[in-house]
Amino acid sequence: MSAETGPATVRPTRLSRHLPGGLRPGPGAAPEQVQGEGAERAERGEAGGLSHLDQDRGHIMANFLLSFLALLLGGLYGPLQALDKMGINLYPYLPGVYGSYYLGLTLHGVGLALLFTFTFIIGFLSFAIVHGLRRPLASRRLGWAAFLTPLAGTILALVPLLRNDATVLWTFYAPLRAHPGFYAGLVLAVTGTYLAALNGYLTWRAWKREHPDQRTPLMAFASLTTWTMWVLASLGLAYALVMYLLPWSLDEQAEINQLLTRSLFWFTGHPVVYFWLMPVYVSWYTMLPAQVGGRLFSESLARLVFLLFLPLSIPTGLHHMFSDPGITHQAKLVHTVITFGVVFPSLLTAFTVVASLEDGARRSGGKGWVRWILALPWFTNPSVAGQLLAMLLFAGGGITGLINASYTMNLVVHNSLWVAGHLHFQVGTASTLTFMAVAYWLVPLLARRKLWRPRLALVQVWLWFLGMAVMGRGMHWMGLAGAPRRTFLSMARYADFETWWTAGLLTGLGGLVLAVSGAMFLWIMAATLLRSERAAEVPEVPEARPLLPVKHMPRVLDRLTPWVVVTVILTAIAWLPTLVQVARNNPLVPGWRLW
Amino acid sequence: MDIDRLERFWIMISIAVLAALMLAIVYSVRGFGVEVPTDVGQVDPRTARETEPFNQPGVRQVGPGHYEVVMLAEAWRFEPSEVRVPAGSTVTFRLTSLDVIHGFRIPNTNVNLMVQPGQVVEATHRFNEPGTYHLFCHEYCGAGHHIMDGMLIVER
Ligand code: HEM
Ligand SMILES: [Cu+2]
Ligand SMILES: [Cu+2]
Repeated sequence: MSAETGPATVRPTRLSRHLPGGLRPGPGAAPEQVQGEGAERAERGEAGGLSHLDQDRGHIMANFLLSFLALLLGGLYGPLQALDKMGINLYPYLPGVYGSYYLGLTLHGVGLALLFTFTFIIGFLSFAIVHGLRRPLASRRLGWAAFLTPLAGTILALVPLLRNDATVLWTFYAPLRAHPGFYAGLVLAVTGTYLAALNGYLTWRAWKREHPDQRTPLMAFASLTTWTMWVLASLGLAYALVMYLLPWSLDEQAEINQLLTRSLFWFTGHPVVYFWLMPVYVSWYTMLPAQVGGRLFSESLARLVFLLFLPLSIPTGLHHMFSDPGITHQAKLVHTVITFGVVFPSLLTAFTVVASLEDGARRSGGKGWVRWILALPWFTNPSVAGQLLAMLLFAGGGITGLINASYTMNLVVHNSLWVAGHLHFQVGTASTLTFMAVAYWLVPLLARRKLWRPRLALVQVWLWFLGMAVMGRGMHWMGLAGAPRRTFLSMARYADFETWWTAGLLTGLGGLVLAVSGAMFLWIMAATLLRSERAAEVPEVPEARPLLPVKHMPRVLDRLTPWVVVTVILTAIAWLPTLVQVARNNPLVPGWRLW
Repeated sequence: MDIDRLERFWIMISIAVLAALMLAIVYSVRGFGVEVPTDVGQVDPRTARETEPFNQPGVRQVGPGHYEVVMLAEAWRFEPSEVRVPAGSTVTFRLTSLDVIHGFRIPNTNVNLMVQPGQVVEATHRFNEPGTYHLFCHEYCGAGHHIMDGMLIVER
């Protein structure tokens, strides 16, 4: 990297030389004129007005508020769990059933991984569809229903959970049997996502009627692809809940096929990761480049990435069951191969998103091979900084994820604390920190207020990054040193805190930093809504324009049906033999309450 | 579709890296003989105690230098919870659960299993170093999950 050493050597990089306008700040490069509707609309000056949001502002905000409540409830136990990993047991100080490590961990997992993410995503994708199509949702009622249903589900699930009647962790594997309210609540939470998806499709249909022969704007198309992936992927979980777990908890069925419900859980359990991630990509591809003054590197490839998640997300779930009996090597291997396939769109994302950021950085004066990175607003813009930091840990989590998925290598890490480390880099940071960062511009915009103390918000995202980096490092390490996941280690005989000391210390300290950061986020949100001044002018929604001209885009990149067909076929090949075999062979067993 | 030249290059690298990682997996199976569990049969948890081989939990020699350890898992213990084998022996673990899902993990080995009611699960490992190996349940199985453990003693 000799280009870096010379004083003012403004050497064009290969990329910048190659990209039109790459080095030159400001518009004027030819491709900008030949662009999609987004750009045309922007030129017509429509981006400014936000009246298309008026109808749906309310229920979108309501979903965000519900998600913040879930973040609060789920987050409470986080630091206690982290301290447990360094042998500090604070649970005896908690009253009654709340002193249960596993009740706390159930609240943490269900509250954060399921309720927080679902409700935030419902709000965010609804927003992205409304704004992408510049039109209100097809049904305002359905919009509110997509808030009230998960709200009812949250209450229904939390009541038994908080009464220690559903201490089954967020994976609720049978034959541990929870109170029926818990399963019913989850059904309602999933139903909420379906209602929001349905509203999205109806809106799309109406928009297409109003705009025949036009390409669907990327922001909306990517969001609709996300909904489609989730609707297909969640069928496994929905089937397990409605056909088996709920009736069994109601004593309608005496016994259960635990391996079948477990397999159905993982049918959804891997793609749910993409349900957490694709909304993040909606921001990284279609919004973040505009936040740094850049353009989206390639719209066609962006579409391809989203569409590839459809067929490739679902036929992978067995990589969570490598250590399971009753499932053949062949089936596990098929899922391994497809898992490596689904890494591919994320690798494409690494290129496209970084290239888009580079474009923005260069337009605001960034130079050099890598020095342009410093031209990004790491220390000035909390919303951008949060997303950039989320990307850094996401890259780390991607690598640990490849290790988890590596069939034989999985034996080293399966069910160890390493997995929890991985998961906090992914859903706990890539998704959560991005959602927080998005909330920093979106919540003020919806509430028509100014963000309260942006400097504090900047400190908050950095603390989350640092806390998570330290805690994640500790958990990965401790897992390799033999610590199991979701275990009350400070009370376990085999816990080897002497060997685990440093790793445990990192976990504990990182957890405390995270708790501070999480509290700061909630505080800033509350203050923004309650105390901050009203915004004077109508803010602008960041919407990235494509950098390269979209000359000829195959029609298949603007359609979902063909991809759905491929998805169904591939899923049937990868899952049906295993599901049928497990449904036939595995003995039925009674339920247990062991807590 | 227009794909930028650099991006095309990146796509090739991505595919090459993923292919190399898959080859590494194939090598770990073929070259090192690492095996993940597979379908080896079912047993009803209510009659498991009367069914071969789970009617006789414990260690038995099945060949020269080869031992079989049959174990039952239930909340919150393994039966037997202490096992002794001579150093240098190959040990096949065979487990099932009598109630809910449990785990079976011996750190620093490739023994990492889900123990489920209704299913038999197997793993084989060679123990060369004498010493005491802690083993434990690594799947949440209720309030006493963290006390569910045992000991494997490899004798000189
Ligand atoms: C205040 C910040 C947080 C802290 C200190 C924290 C800490 C922890 C710790 C120490 C564990 C391990 C418990 C164990 O294995 O015994 C854990 C588990 C878990 N956390 Fe967090 N966490 C935080 C935020 C989050 C977020 C934002 C999410 C997701 C959106 C999340 C999702 C989970 C899940 C799903 C588990 C269960 C993991 C499993 O099944 O093994 N956590 N958390
Ligand atoms: Cu997965
Ligand atoms: Cu157990």
